[in-house]
Amino acid sequence: MEVEDITKRYIYSAVELDRAEGEMIEALKAGSQQPIPDPDKWLEEKLERNIILTTVDGLLNWARRSSLWTVLCFPACCAFEFIATAASRFDISRFGMEILRASPRQADLMITAGTLTRKMAPQVRRIYDQMAEPKWVIAMGACGISGGIFTGSYNVVPGYNRIIPVDVYVPGCPPRPEALLYGIRMLQKKISQRSLLQEGR
Amino acid sequence: MTVALSGKEIAAKLQQRFPGSIVESSESNLVVKGESLLDIASFLKTSPDLDFDYLTAITAVDYYAYFEVVYQLTSIKHNHSLVVKTHCYGRDNPALPSVVSLWRGADFQEREIYDLMGIRFDGHPNMKRIFLWEGFKGYPLRKDFSNGN
Amino acid sequence: MAIKTEPFVINIGPQHPSTHGVFRMRTTLDGEVVVDMEPVFGYLHRGVEKLAEGRSYKQNIPLSDRLDYISSMTNNQAYVMAVEKLAEIPVPERAEYIRVIMAELQRIANHLIAVGAFLNDCGAFMTPFLYMFREREKIIDLFDMVCGQRLLYNYMRFGGVSQDIPEEFLPALKTLVNSMPGFIDEYDQLLAQNEILLARSKGVGILSKELAINISASGPVLRASGVKRDIRKVDPYSVYDRFEFDIPTGTVGDAYDRYWVRIQEMRQSVRIIKQAMKQLPSGEVLTEVPLRLRPPVGEVYGHIEAPKGELGFYLVSDNSANPYRWHVRAPSLFNLTALRDMVIGWKLADAIIIFGSIDITMGEVDR
Repeated sequence: MEVEDITKRYIYSAVELDRAEGEMIEALKAGSQQPIPDPDKWLEEKLERNIILTTVDGLLNWARRSSLWTVLCFPACCAFEFIATAASRFDISRFGMEILRASPRQADLMITAGTLTRKMAPQVRRIYDQMAEPKWVIAMGACGISGGIFTGSYNVVPGYNRIIPVDVYVPGCPPRPEALLYGIRMLQKKISQRSLLQEGR
Repeated sequence: MTVALSGKEIAAKLQQRFPGSIVESSESNLVVKGESLLDIASFLKTSPDLDFDYLTAITAVDYYAYFEVVYQLTSIKHNHSLVVKTHCYGRDNPALPSVVSLWRGADFQEREIYDLMGIRFDGHPNMKRIFLWEGFKGYPLRKDFSNGN
Repeated sequence: MAIKTEPFVINIGPQHPSTHGVFRMRTTLDGEVVVDMEPVFGYLHRGVEKLAEGRSYKQNIPLSDRLDYISSMTNNQAYVMAVEKLAEIPVPERAEYIRVIMAELQRIANHLIAVGAFLNDCGAFMTPFLYMFREREKIIDLFDMVCGQRLLYNYMRFGGVSQDIPEEFLPALKTLVNSMPGFIDEYDQLLAQNEILLARSKGVGILSKELAINISASGPVLRASGVKRDIRKVDPYSVYDRFEFDIPTGTVGDAYDRYWVRIQEMRQSVRIIKQAMKQLPSGEVLTEVPLRLRPPVGEVYGHIEAPKGELGFYLVSDNSANPYRWHVRAPSLFNLTALRDMVIGWKLADAIIIFGSIDITMGEVDR
């Protein structure tokens, strides 16, 4: 059977697109050698100063934590445990989270379910940047925390906190749906401690 | 049961048609020269009593002195299988003819071998990296690749 | 006045609303019709083959789990069978039967997700998906009973399985197997003559028989195109030659045929499990194997019929504790070779359906 030369058919130059993507990946790789520090200064503030939350704060925090909308970020195996959490047995809809749209502009939570590779890292960063404030990240599974069973490979980023700041880490490989729901509960506790005066929005 | 054909018998048949192309043969596989790979593969596919129309897998292994590329062939009609190997010398720019014109399933496999081992396949319509990005230095699956992660 | 049109490129990017993983398609569209398509892989390339060369054979069993992470029992089975062939390790009868039961349960669980995701793409938004997940949770409960894990089991070992099945397993399996045909009939009733499913998938994305053989397709994709080839019949491994079952084969090779083949395979799997339960002998389940196994020098290619197709492992050993070469013959990568041919000429929405009907897992494609 005849094989045609497919490099001549595209209206764009595939090689140039690939090269541009390669440069983006190398640039991000060079810039992500240190982990981004976790946003946990709210813990120290709580100990130091006894933050007084107003009624407006209480109302806002209740609304925000009871309707977290997730953006889909499903690289690998943990995705299926997340889908099982969202399905009928471990219903995630009772926490107000059944909206799993693919659009990052309407989301405020990113649950990273899978291994992060160097090739995928710029895309995840782009999705995170498109989310509107306030936004939170849950790193799900061992691959999300430190690269998991694949640490040391030439294409695996050792943990999502090299690329985006992470709020809650849920260990497991994959974590059971009950563990993930516990992690979401922890995040809800964190959200209920926010105050408008501190954060500004 | 799928019968694994004896490399020695097939080598004897091929020696008549393509003299000088067999490097060695044993019970389980036969090794052919890189230049005659395409002719031999085409004969194996079109000859009616061999009829290898299904390419199960292509693999490349790095023995330090040479690269070995292994083709696992199967015939659906006769239900027999064969292992054909070829050696590729030189670490700077090793090259082999591509079998994409015979079996289209070799398309992504040959790109993967180029990506991870560095062996080029002449005649492939789209010889570029498939898993790693353009600009990645080195070929990871080689034994002397150091992981500077 | 004729309207001048220009083709434009849409990037169906690595993150997209279907559940098939991080796969990128650069589609060139002329209006709504697909004119050209270029697949881009590698977003989940974790370097498994290189990692495996630095670990011992037993440490690679969990690594093989994570390839096709939806059907991880069959991944285990393929790998341990390849190593047993290389090192000539005998397997007790009871372990073989337990392996067959687990593999067939895994096949049902995998096809439930495949059909559910395909219907999700067709437009039946979440209903069939959640119905299928209800059944899959029952199967996962059985796996949880046996090995304690829900998704990535790491259950099989060289020379058998890691532990025997507990007492409550067989009665629970019997309840599931008796109720399963009823559920499959329920889905069939709702879906088989459904107008929307027929309109969206009949005649869409046809893969002809010659092309299917030429691209080395395997599994339901090959069988839906009319080729009656199943490794369990053609090259029987384990104890599959003691069971009676049929191979459902399609005729046309369109998306509907692939869906139909998967539904029929679920019925055949239930049949195999019933026979295996009847014939299950008693005895040991594991032969003792050294922790750092050193197989003799040589190479082996061992393959099984995984739910996605022919999954094979090519191992080269140099008599040390780590494998010299560890290669996976991934069925999803071969099945994807003809995606471009199947998609050209159809509209953008059909492209998603055709891609969904092949049923791939990116963990296997990218390794």
